Amino acid sequence: MTMRLYVWQRATAALMVPLVLVHIAVIFYATRNGMTAADILSRTHGSVVWASYYGLFVAAASVHAAIGIRNVLTEWSPLADRRAGLFAFLFGLLLAALGARAVFAVVLS
Amino acid sequence: MLGDLSVSLWRGGTEGRYETYSVPQRESQTVLDVVTFVQRHIDPTLSYRFACRVGVCGSCAMTVNGKPRWTCRTHVAKVAGGGRLEIGPLENLPVIKDLATDMEPFFEKWQKARGVFAPSKTRHDEIEQIRPDSPARRLADAAIECINCGVCYAACDTVRWNQDYFGPAALTRAWTLVNDERDAGGTARLQAVAAKGGCHACHSHQSCQELCPQALNPTAAIAGLKRRTTTAYLKGEIKA
Repeated sequence: MTMRLYVWQRATAALMVPLVLVHIAVIFYATRNGMTAADILSRTHGSVVWASYYGLFVAAASVHAAIGIRNVLTEWSPLADRRAGLFAFLFGLLLAALGARAVFAVVLS
Repeated sequence: MLGDLSVSLWRGGTEGRYETYSVPQRESQTVLDVVTFVQRHIDPTLSYRFACRVGVCGSCAMTVNGKPRWTCRTHVAKVAGGGRLEIGPLENLPVIKDLATDMEPFFEKWQKARGVFAPSKTRHDEIEQIRPDSPARRLADAAIECINCGVCYAACDTVRWNQDYFGPAALTRAWTLVNDERDAGGTARLQAVAAKGGCHACHSHQSCQELCPQALNPTAAIAGLKRRTTTAYLKGEIKA
């Protein structure tokens, strides 16, 4: 792993620590209060805060996971660094697209 | 009389096989004693490496019942479960013959990590006073007793998976010099250990510190390098 990738992976990990904790707290809050999907969507719809929060979460997770996948591929597969990097980049894009779709569905649709 | 040990020794090069010998067990017998007995009394063509026999030179490390160990200080009674020993060459290094490995990759990586002291003064300068209790000197001293036996290198999963990885010994040596106040190679060394195969490849599995015969902690040294290189990178002192 290069210095740059190392810093990005650690930085996104540090960023996700509070995001994950809040995410879990929200899950507990929603399930313990018996909220329906309609209740949740009514609160998240049009919210800039939730869009920013989960948008940031998706971006951090996509970068973090893609770097991790690249490391796994370079160590455990016969792929050369460049190909592993390309595959990991595409994997990160896929995660970002799926995440963005989910954020869009919860906040804007 | 303690009976006989069943000793399987690796014979051949990369391609080879284990051959089993019967060796008389003795009090306070080391694994190196066992190997030496085979060579002197059973098969003089057995190749292995040793020098000091007292845990100083670091040349007699082998794989003993699946784990890398310094054989001159490893007592048979502690590792030979059921009176059986399987002794092979160190892993992660090319086998020359039988129990002797080629240490060249190990020391080449030591060089890549800039493990050589870079003097900051000449013989004409006054001798620099270094306080032994200064924080930097304590960090440097923590790993100064490395004997380069290669046990950590053979135990390391990351070395096994990533042939570019410098390994615990080379990085520990670099950490010692990074903390040596007399050394002038600081930034270049940080740049070297931050490169591909450097400290950031370590997964912190800690096999190195578990098996180090000198009870050193290469994992902690590598973690120190990760912190120090990250700080230097964020300050713009080294490049990605």
